[in-house]
Amino acid sequence: MEEKNYICTACPMGCKLIVRMEGDEVVKILGNRCKKGETYGRQEAIAPQRMVASTVKIANGIHPLLPVYTKGSIPKRKIREVLDKIRAVEVTAPVKAEDVIIANVIGTGVDVIASRDMPAKN
Amino acid sequence: MSIKKMYDVVVIGSGPGGLAAAIDAKKAGAEDVLVVERDVEVGGILLQCIHNGFGLQTFKEDLPGPEYAQRFINEAKSLGITFLLDTMVMDVTPTRKLYLSSRNFGYMEVDARAIVLAMGCRERTRPQVRIPGYRPNGVFTAGTAQRWVNVEGYMPGNKFVILGSGDIGMIMARRLTFEGAHVERVLEIQSYLSGLSRNYVQCLDDWGIPLQLNYTVKKIIGKNRVEAIESVAVDSKWNYIPGTEEIIPCDTLLLSVGLIPENELSKKAGVKLDPVTGGPFVDEHFQTNVPGIFAAGNVVHVYDLVDYVSMAGSEAGKSAAEFALAEKAREARYIPLVPGKNVRYIVPHKLDKKALEQGDISLQMRVTKPIEEDVWLEVRGDDNSIVKRSERYVRPGEMVTIVLKPRMAAEVEKTGRLIVDIYPKSEA
Repeated sequence: MEEKNYICTACPMGCKLIVRMEGDEVVKILGNRCKKGETYGRQEAIAPQRMVASTVKIANGIHPLLPVYTKGSIPKRKIREVLDKIRAVEVTAPVKAEDVIIANVIGTGVDVIASRDMPAKN
Repeated sequence: MSIKKMYDVVVIGSGPGGLAAAIDAKKAGAEDVLVVERDVEVGGILLQCIHNGFGLQTFKEDLPGPEYAQRFINEAKSLGITFLLDTMVMDVTPTRKLYLSSRNFGYMEVDARAIVLAMGCRERTRPQVRIPGYRPNGVFTAGTAQRWVNVEGYMPGNKFVILGSGDIGMIMARRLTFEGAHVERVLEIQSYLSGLSRNYVQCLDDWGIPLQLNYTVKKIIGKNRVEAIESVAVDSKWNYIPGTEEIIPCDTLLLSVGLIPENELSKKAGVKLDPVTGGPFVDEHFQTNVPGIFAAGNVVHVYDLVDYVSMAGSEAGKSAAEFALAEKAREARYIPLVPGKNVRYIVPHKLDKKALEQGDISLQMRVTKPIEEDVWLEVRGDDNSIVKRSERYVRPGEMVTIVLKPRMAAEVEKTGRLIVDIYPKSEA
């Protein structure tokens, strides 16, 4: 049996998780204080996921950048690829919070959306 | 938009504390709520905190900072709260007068029945952690770098060392990595992480950025621009351990070495500060030692979660509204005394209607010009006469007294102000 150690990032509490593995199978999760911790531990051991936040260029906005984020988690190993897609985008103000900036980014099923309203200049 | 002379509640700062305070003040019955913000937009530091992790408690969602702010901004705007942007509060007095300087409105004085201080905090800078060496370009606080990278679109450097394991430093380590920079090292003088463990996992560990506990910067190398830093291990008393020095080439040193509540205005208002937190002493309603002045959020003590800042703001805002409404009710018991025809001034200037029910009240006044014939001295409301008596003459050198009696209380109740006229009977 293999044991993996993680710190849960599902909330700011930062529980220390012990995930017991039997090959590729999770058999037991210890140290979590809630259900979210169990889900996190299982996911982290098998296929870690992360939300990604960055910025895109925006023309005619009150700032040159619009903050964006992935509406849900994407596979951790795909973060770089998602960032490259985000970097290639340029939008034009005005934009509303939660407007979709990139739908289904690199086929993850997750949208990249605006983090705020960005009014047009003047 | 026009700015009034008097508000029920004035909130200083539109970050999470200020926004929540304004919203709950309004909901608790404050009619006029003004938020004064020095930036050109509402939201405070949340706007540059583009990473997720906000709102897990408040919204049960994992949101980035701007989106968390946006929800409060939308609610505040729908409630009709007035925002005065691009405006500095220059001074606040213990009597709750604010002196403002605004790009659009110029210099203004505004009175508040209650004030909520929500100025947040500022970062510790290089002089406050005493780093020896040259003072080249390339030494910034983590929050400054965050503003440049996330809002203004500048990269402060290519190769970074971060001093301090505060949350902003760790978050910037990841952010800079995302933008193509190299973060060589995070150094922490203490034996433990100063930010949240989840940020260590997501920001440092995920990206292979080494964290060294019990290490600090011994020297900054480079005259015009940072060229390297010399790191060193420390013992439990933070003394350098000889022989552990290492030169780490880099062009930028970021400091994430703590936050200090920003209380310059609080001091001017006579608010007493706790030397431990750096913020005001407050009661359970977040009221300071100055009646009617409340404080909420990082201006009181530095929080690690924005959700708690919002909760503190809500409580302070609600309490400020209650204070303002009580103040308003007290003011409503008074009516002003207004000098009318041939009256220069009247003392008292205002009177408590309830006090008139208890006993006689003498109004003392002086006339503007002498009248050497029979005159009427009349106290009236806008539409009713309250008392009228005669004199054989009036002269500025001789004070005139008119007595209001409890039996007149019913007539006084009908008017919003009392006017005193003194005029010749021949003109009546």
